[in-house]
Amino acid sequence: MKSTGQTRWGLAIAGWAVALGMFFPILWMFLTSFKTEITAVATPPAVFFHPTLENYFAVLERADYLAFARNSVAVSLGSTLLALALAIPAAYSMAFFPTRRTRDILLWMISTKMLPAVGVLVPIYLLWRDFGLLDTLFGLILIDSLSVLPIVVWMLFSYFREVPAVILEASRMDGATQAEELFHVLLPLCTPGIAATALLSIILCWNEAFWSLNLATVKAATLTAFTASFSSPEGLFWAKLSAASTLSIAPILIFGWISQRQMVRGLSFGAVK
Amino acid sequence: MATVELRNVRKKFGVHEVIHGIDLLIEDQEFIAFVGPSGSGKSTLLRMIAGLEEVTEGEVLIDGSPAQNVPPSKRGLAMVFQSYALYPHMTVAENMSFSLRLAGIPKAERERKVRAVARILEMEPLLERQPRQLSGGQLQRVAIGRAMVRQPKAFLLDEPLSNLDAALQGQMRLELVRLHRELNTTMIYVTHDQLEAMTMADRIVVLNQGKVEQLGSPLELYQHPATLFVAGFIGAPKMNFLDAEIKTANDQHLILMLTNGASLAVPTPLEKLGAGEKIKLGVRAEHLTLESEGELQGEIEALEHLGPRAYLHARLADGTRVVSQTDGDTQARMGDRVAFRVRAEATHLFNASGKALARAGP
Repeated sequence: MKSTGQTRWGLAIAGWAVALGMFFPILWMFLTSFKTEITAVATPPAVFFHPTLENYFAVLERADYLAFARNSVAVSLGSTLLALALAIPAAYSMAFFPTRRTRDILLWMISTKMLPAVGVLVPIYLLWRDFGLLDTLFGLILIDSLSVLPIVVWMLFSYFREVPAVILEASRMDGATQAEELFHVLLPLCTPGIAATALLSIILCWNEAFWSLNLATVKAATLTAFTASFSSPEGLFWAKLSAASTLSIAPILIFGWISQRQMVRGLSFGAVK
Repeated sequence: MATVELRNVRKKFGVHEVIHGIDLLIEDQEFIAFVGPSGSGKSTLLRMIAGLEEVTEGEVLIDGSPAQNVPPSKRGLAMVFQSYALYPHMTVAENMSFSLRLAGIPKAERERKVRAVARILEMEPLLERQPRQLSGGQLQRVAIGRAMVRQPKAFLLDEPLSNLDAALQGQMRLELVRLHRELNTTMIYVTHDQLEAMTMADRIVVLNQGKVEQLGSPLELYQHPATLFVAGFIGAPKMNFLDAEIKTANDQHLILMLTNGASLAVPTPLEKLGAGEKIKLGVRAEHLTLESEGELQGEIEALEHLGPRAYLHARLADGTRVVSQTDGDTQARMGDRVAFRVRAEATHLFNASGKALARAGP
């Protein structure tokens, strides 16, 4: 198909429309966080208003933002590291020593993501309670890493498969043990892919709400719990909720923005050969 | 420096057996080539010696000690791969010194060794480059250099020249022969190209469908192929094969009848043959000459002028295609009807199962 000027314009407009549609709620939340509670619920919605920081002061006064943020950082980094530590050997084995069952195992792993998490809430809750993991950082790290594990394995598997097996064989001939082969050859070769995987995992864990809300309450509560605490059943304070949400997603948005180049490079990676 | 011995080595992939019991002793400092068409098992055999492929049955001995349970990293062998398989994230120098680094050799000594090898291969200016900045020929040198740096017991080379252009192949063949002489190390060379095997190897193993067809020096294989397969595989252009029937046999000569009714007297092989038996007659291009009174008549289908000589490709009356070597200044033209004489004393005879019928003498 020849791309004429017209179709190009059409595609550009469609692209922008989709991007705007996806971004609009975040923009609106950001704007709302600077409104008073009255203007926040005004109909028709106020587009022009006097910005105020009072919501941020109120939110920060009511809750210890930094404590939640610290937990979020610890949980998302910890889960990602744990997931990578488990997934790297798994993906290595499946990519370079496949058996007749490898495909099935991959499908089975990803199929666990098709089950709603609430389906296993009771058994997980009881296990966590009996092992003393409720409301602990380690407990959250463990459950979050398990929940991102299938995606991490899948992504690493597809990056590893891009590496010609003969390069690993060459390192074996050069005297490398399996661990040396992994650390000196495979992982350095797949750095962009591993970075993209890690970034995605960090983002997923940062935004993970279900387990954080159900398995942690105070000590290990993350920013999702912090945000949720402003959405109370006895009446919503939209402006304060928006301020809390903005504070919760700001770090990961900035982080994502800084790392977007790495991310795109990793996601479209595939040229080792 | 090492001997490599295979004892009844078999390889199965699932239920499918691809190597059917091979026995072979590779001498120390020998340059041996495994040659065969694709699927003959030559690469699998090499990979079993390397330890990259498990041996299903039988024994691999390196320097006399069983190696089946020794991982590739501990066998002390070095390998050069067809695709070079350099580490893309390391410089040339890092690629070459990787094995030394793994072995815990101090940096200064590593650098000294890498430099020494780079000097032999004339690639010192490349040491700080990345593999992606190199040409095919340079990559090849680095791959060979990486193997040399470790001073292995033996070199395993898996079709190392097949990604290079013809001119570079010729140059690298000479260079490998020179390296083999200088290093005095066992080299096991896998190729599908009989020319490479013929020009470099001390001995050639011809493999076909997972079995050894013949083992011998290049000239032995060329002059005394043991089977129809070896006769057709070794030598370019390919040996001509003609169907023939034995008319009469005595101690000196067999009188053969060719499909066009012509008869030909060839020296009698050791094996007793009776009248009426069908055999294959093998004739090399240089033993099939243009001659107006020759036994075979045909029409020229193609001409290859190579300068000092030319090859005439002709089709005989019964449809058989043959190739004949003639002078470079031949006047023959495409479409000419010509006759060829078979040099009877230089022919090869094969029985119905494809085995060569040997004659007495050298």
